[in-house]
Amino acid sequence: MEQSDLHQVARARSGDTDAFRILVERHSRSLFRLAYRMTGNQQDAEDVVQESFLRAYKQLGKFDERASFGTWLYRIAMNCSLDLVRARKRRNEQLAPADAELDEPVLSLPSTDPDPGRLALSGEVRDRVTEAMSHLSASERTAFVLRHFEGMCIEDVSRVLGCQPGAAKHSVFRAVQKLRRALEPLVSTAR
Amino acid sequence: MNHVTEEQLILHYYGEEAGEPDTCDALAIEQHLEECADCRSLYGSLQRVLNIVDSMPVPERPADYGTLVWERIRHKIPARRRGLGWLPAPWRWAAAGVAFAGLLVTAFLAGRSYPGPRPSSAQMAASRDPQTSERVLRAAVGDYLERSQMVLAELTNTDQKGVIDISDEQERADDLVTETRLYRQTATRTGDTRIAGLLDELERVLVDIRNSPSQVTPADLEAFRRRLESEGILFKIRVLGANVRNQEQKL
Repeated sequence: MEQSDLHQVARARSGDTDAFRILVERHSRSLFRLAYRMTGNQQDAEDVVQESFLRAYKQLGKFDERASFGTWLYRIAMNCSLDLVRARKRRNEQLAPADAELDEPVLSLPSTDPDPGRLALSGEVRDRVTEAMSHLSASERTAFVLRHFEGMCIEDVSRVLGCQPGAAKHSVFRAVQKLRRALEPLVSTAR
Repeated sequence: MNHVTEEQLILHYYGEEAGEPDTCDALAIEQHLEECADCRSLYGSLQRVLNIVDSMPVPERPADYGTLVWERIRHKIPARRRGLGWLPAPWRWAAAGVAFAGLLVTAFLAGRSYPGPRPSSAQMAASRDPQTSERVLRAAVGDYLERSQMVLAELTNTDQKGVIDISDEQERADDLVTETRLYRQTATRTGDTRIAGLLDELERVLVDIRNSPSQVTPADLEAFRRRLESEGILFKIRVLGANVRNQEQKL
């Protein structure tokens, strides 16, 4: 798969847009899942997917062939998601005072649009989980999404985040600890 | 064994025990969990919480989602030149260095006709087809000028409100600084002071873009726009770029 990605990247760099189309078709769904978990909102996730591919195309010359194209793309998508979240935070700050305790932008709650998957979870559980997720900082949520949902090892998470593995690990710790504290009463009553 | 910390349990859940992957750590934790009710309870709580989080759904995208995304963005994809611009910056630099090894550069940068002196035997060895080499050289410089112009134009033409992120333009400016320096030094060496002066101005502008904060305000951009206008850099680059392109087409 990666060999094939690299081949398409090489073609795209030489001006073959059809090769880039193949990369878009290949990675769009996984990028959407990632973007949705980062932004918590379908429309935002769609925007992130498109913006990520446009940025990737502009920056193809900077892609290092020794790296994984997928990981590189994830990193771009993470940055797009954080940009979007920061922009949203700035807008929200104009409407409401900022939370003084937070040193990083907090991601918004996922939309409550009903769909079959969402309805499968009880309303209360869903609301509590989404609220708990929304209280993670950007770096905590990024690290958690990559480790927990995408199944990346800490080493790969740190590559996407552009930090040391120790820092990525601590972001995962903090995220899980926050989630456990917020959701523990829920699972205790569910037992 | 002492009680297992929450962090160790989190790593255990993800199969990433502390330190190097070591089955002894995993086995030791498993064994401790069997013996210690407190740690077992904590680990059980952790598992249940993460299982609940795991069950949060993501809206499914159709199988042809990638095609839909492509349809939405394909018109926004800029045409990629088939010159040297697609090469990673160090390779572009190297390619430009090789390209500028000949006497062609003076006429090339100045947009003049090819001068009289015959190429040396070394140049003959380096390129058996001078006309092709010159065409490649002109394409490379034309591409470089066009990219410089685009970075400046994008910054001066933005009409966004609020704080503007220029990190993408900064990365491109950073690439261009190296190339500008090379071309400027070559122009200085060949005695073309007018071109060297212009490239010196351009280099300073690109360095300023590269070194500025990545988040700027519309007022910052307005100041930048005024500076470019007062120095006439964008106009001069356009003229030089048009000359190079014109020469390229003639070859």
